[in-house]
Amino acid sequence: MSEASGPVLIAPEERPIRQVALLLWRDKFAFVAAAYLSIVAFFAVFGPWLVGDLATSLNLRLRNAPPGSIEHGWAFVLGADALGRSILARLIVASQNTLGIAAAAVCAAMICGGTLGLIAGYVGKWPGAIIMRFTDVLMSFPSLLLALVVLFVFEPGVKNVIIVLAITRIPIYLRTTRAEVLEIRERMFVTAARVMGAGSIRIVLRHVVPIVAPTLVTIAAIDFALVMLAESALSFLGVGIQPPEFTWGAMVALGRNYLGSAWWLAFWPGLAIMLTTLALNLLSSWARMATDPTQRWRLEITDKYDG
Amino acid sequence: MAEAPYRHLLEVRDLTVEFHTSVGTIRAVDGISYHVDRGETLAILGESGSGKSVEAAAILNLIDTPPGYITGGEILYHGEDLLQMSAEQRREINGRQIAMIFQDTLAHLNPVYSVGWQIAETFRAHNQCSPSEAETRAIELLGRVGIPDPQMRAGQYPHQFSGGQRQRVMIAMALALEPDLLIADEPTTALDVTVQAQILDLLKRLQTEEGMGVVLITHDLGVAADMADRIAVMHSGKIVEQGTVEQVFRDPQHSYTQRLMNAIPGRVEDPDHEAPDIEAAPPLLQVHDVVKHYEVTSGLLRRSTGQVVRAVDGVTFDLAAGETLGVVGESGSGKSTLGRTILRLEEPTGGTITYRSHDLLALSGADLLAFRRKVQVVFQDPYSSLNPRMSVAAIVSEPWSIHRDVVPRREWNDRVIDLLERVGLQPDHARRYPHQFSGGQRQRIAIARALALQPELIVCDEAVSALDVSIQAQVIELLAELRDEMGLAYIFIAHDLHVVEHFADRVLVMQAGRIVEQGTSAQIFAAPKHSYTQALLAASPVPDPAVQAERRRNSLTPAIAS
Amino acid sequence: MGQYISRRSVHGLVSLIGLLILVFFLSRLTGDPTNLFLPLDASVETRQEFAERHGFNDPLLVQFGRYIGDLAQFDFGTSLRQQRPAMDAALEAFPTTLKLAAVTMFLAISLALIVGALAAYRPGGRFDRTASVISLAGASAPDFWVAIVGILVFAVSLRWLPTSGTGTWLHWIMPITVLLIRPFGLLVQVVRGTMISALSSAYVKTARAKGVKERVIIFVHALRNSTLPVITVAGDQAAAIVNGAVIVETIFGWPGIGRLMIDSIIQRDFAIVQATVLLTAVAIFVMNIVIDVAYAVLDPRIRHN
Repeated sequence: MSEASGPVLIAPEERPIRQVALLLWRDKFAFVAAAYLSIVAFFAVFGPWLVGDLATSLNLRLRNAPPGSIEHGWAFVLGADALGRSILARLIVASQNTLGIAAAAVCAAMICGGTLGLIAGYVGKWPGAIIMRFTDVLMSFPSLLLALVVLFVFEPGVKNVIIVLAITRIPIYLRTTRAEVLEIRERMFVTAARVMGAGSIRIVLRHVVPIVAPTLVTIAAIDFALVMLAESALSFLGVGIQPPEFTWGAMVALGRNYLGSAWWLAFWPGLAIMLTTLALNLLSSWARMATDPTQRWRLEITDKYDG
Repeated sequence: MAEAPYRHLLEVRDLTVEFHTSVGTIRAVDGISYHVDRGETLAILGESGSGKSVEAAAILNLIDTPPGYITGGEILYHGEDLLQMSAEQRREINGRQIAMIFQDTLAHLNPVYSVGWQIAETFRAHNQCSPSEAETRAIELLGRVGIPDPQMRAGQYPHQFSGGQRQRVMIAMALALEPDLLIADEPTTALDVTVQAQILDLLKRLQTEEGMGVVLITHDLGVAADMADRIAVMHSGKIVEQGTVEQVFRDPQHSYTQRLMNAIPGRVEDPDHEAPDIEAAPPLLQVHDVVKHYEVTSGLLRRSTGQVVRAVDGVTFDLAAGETLGVVGESGSGKSTLGRTILRLEEPTGGTITYRSHDLLALSGADLLAFRRKVQVVFQDPYSSLNPRMSVAAIVSEPWSIHRDVVPRREWNDRVIDLLERVGLQPDHARRYPHQFSGGQRQRIAIARALALQPELIVCDEAVSALDVSIQAQVIELLAELRDEMGLAYIFIAHDLHVVEHFADRVLVMQAGRIVEQGTSAQIFAAPKHSYTQALLAASPVPDPAVQAERRRNSLTPAIAS
Repeated sequence: MGQYISRRSVHGLVSLIGLLILVFFLSRLTGDPTNLFLPLDASVETRQEFAERHGFNDPLLVQFGRYIGDLAQFDFGTSLRQQRPAMDAALEAFPTTLKLAAVTMFLAISLALIVGALAAYRPGGRFDRTASVISLAGASAPDFWVAIVGILVFAVSLRWLPTSGTGTWLHWIMPITVLLIRPFGLLVQVVRGTMISALSSAYVKTARAKGVKERVIIFVHALRNSTLPVITVAGDQAAAIVNGAVIVETIFGWPGIGRLMIDSIIQRDFAIVQATVLLTAVAIFVMNIVIDVAYAVLDPRIRHN
């Protein structure tokens, strides 16, 4: 491909970045959401390195120090926990685990679900039927209960939590992929490729995957929020992440014991979860509108029509 | 003062409709004016995107605001401006005095209510009679538009009706309150020609009985010539020409109208082309007694019910190298299944196909791949036949990455450019993506892809059916040029007889899986022998008002059940 | 229609059996299932005796056959902690959760239909934008956190509502509100979306061309078509409400099936875990059939296929 004489004509699709930014600016909620998510993502990547051991250093003098005061430095503006650790620092450090687990689970679910969906949709016959019955089993049961049962049998921990969350999300990707594949394989360009003599592998990789992939990525963005909530709930119930690792959900669980005396222990991490999922949902609903040609004008027109 | 009837039933003056979109404000309708009188049919003729449907929506207050806005003009109904009326006044007029029928009847009928209920709703909406009487009258109307067993059918749902029947239901609904004006937006576009003829007959008859004015919106010159008293030609939001049907067809003034009239696909002339002699050489392709049956299954375990659908039912024909064979038939005639069988996309239930005296059905592995080099395909839908995520260069060069020995990789660039120029596109189009092209251009890309392997035979499955008339003619002209240059043979599958009239050397007419007639184009068109061929020819409206008027006088309309 | 319902029921039944198999093999995957069934502090003798009595030393397939045989007789094993049949404990807790779920779903669907339809009437208007943000916030809120903040504000600070337990109608307010938030948020979005597309659909254009009154167009033409996707999502949410019930019953101390499950997991009482899982699965299976019937009644296209 990289030969100098190779086809140079295959240029990337033009990306009107400016237009996307403009559409984002038009929807103030989505714009704020995007800004917030960028900050959270930044802390998730660089947070532990920036904060250092502030999140784990005990300070018994500051036990349950209330928020709203910078007397003890900016690190304690959100207060301190029962062992006198800075809540802000712990929030920043926990963002890595919280977002990391969700991202890993979503990616795993997307890849497994996508692959199985491709097989179910393109091969069909008995492998397809078995895969579909398998998803029916997963779909027919509340995801949290399924995760609880699995985590009852296996040791809770980062790896198993990721696996469990991924398994509960696989059906979404699997069904979407299968439905899309069934539709795409009937499209004329696939038939034209068969007439040219293209084999199944070529058709799947060249014609099916590139069309399914963007849909899956869109779903993953929405799913990310759901998976984060599920992980938080598991950790809150005590069957998710185990100490010394902690996530926002685990922080809420810990703070629940001090509800009467120090409300901020449970409040801030919960708020962080809420704002992050809200931002993700706002952004994805914006994206859905921006990519839907019948809805897009709502973002493009400058005048609003209030009722 | 006594009632002074206004001169025209409907008069549109300087109507302008704008849409706000990402690329700025678009004038879909740009200051058009026309009028319709009682008992008269005005055809608004235009190609896709000309604004003709938007203009009709404006009369009935059906434009979605936003993004669409009526920014100027008047719509005078009996001299009163509809645009000045309140929403409630316009609702009173809709359905009672002005009615409309639409193109895509499956989408335009509510899927969850029975057909009888939906017709009766017209009465209920205007408090014309009691609910039970409305139902009785709905059943009467169904009978009047030619639905057999109306009592039973009134209780059924839209998806249980055929396309032609649904259009009859639409018409019944529109005519319930005997409106003065009927607006018909492409009423027969998706229908088979014989069904189209029946619907047009019905409209004509009802118009005579009711004396209403009709605005017929169509892209089909034949339909316009058949139905219209006067014609308004619309092009990019403007009416470029208006006149009686004879004037517009005989002596078009505007350059666009002239182009449109010359583009009638049947008029493609190709004097260089000589039909190859079928007897002289061994045929390229021999199809013998090919049968394709589908089993009908039902029930929990998808058991066979013993019924079979005979999609292709014993078809035999030969195709010589360099020959163009037209395969014509209506939906369900098995013409596309036949095409797919020849392409080895479907395995036939019985019969033999030989290609250059090799048994096609026994080919596999390398032999099948070699066959795939020689036979290519161009499909109907220019939107789904190109992968939207591949650049034009990647699309056209894909065959070479499958058949690696055809063109060395370093020559791909030049060859892609050659091919694009060959089909009338620009070299720099190679970098673009399918969505940046119009329907006709996409079809050219698909042709370039088909040519990449230098095939001997191209199967064109309704290759021009989705295109506007003027584009159809250009694509057929291109195909004609290519066959003379490269010695290509075509199997040209079409539902429209006139498309193949001058282009095909020989024509097969198919009905219900069988060939009912075959012969040279000249024979088929000049002296059709089989009654079905005659019916097809008679049902297909000719873009010539004089011929159509003659036909209507002789009432040649065929009696074929839809 | 009968055929459609029976096909769907068979699918549901297959899923149910699949779940049984899944639960069985999960419980045997860890190696020695005695660890699952017995508390961690059980002595070696007890373990051996237990394994012998329950045939855990037999081949896997023999065990599976016995497991299915027991299930067929509605025998889900005995709870070691509670010293009674596991199914009794599960059935005792079940009505509480069912009541909670039924009231919540009824409120969520009715409120969502009203708010969603009003929002769809003028897309982009002030009401629509407010409703969109509120419903998004609802769908995004972590329920356990909302419950904690609710207790903090209404029980601890204001002392308006009890912190936990059952008894008076005041005890219902917070659990239902917390449980309501997510299905309500999601349903508002679905109702709004389907109503907007129904109102811009081709058949609504036809109705307008007939001169049908706007009120009839919204409530007869558009709403009837929008109920179909709403029912699908409502069904999913009704099943998912069990997720929320686990959280809410734990926090508010309700003796429902979710709390029973968490308690059994913490106490490692596997027989009850198994019984609650199967009971929930059967309940969802029954609900899915009800939804399929509703679907077939509402959509003639399904009825005739």
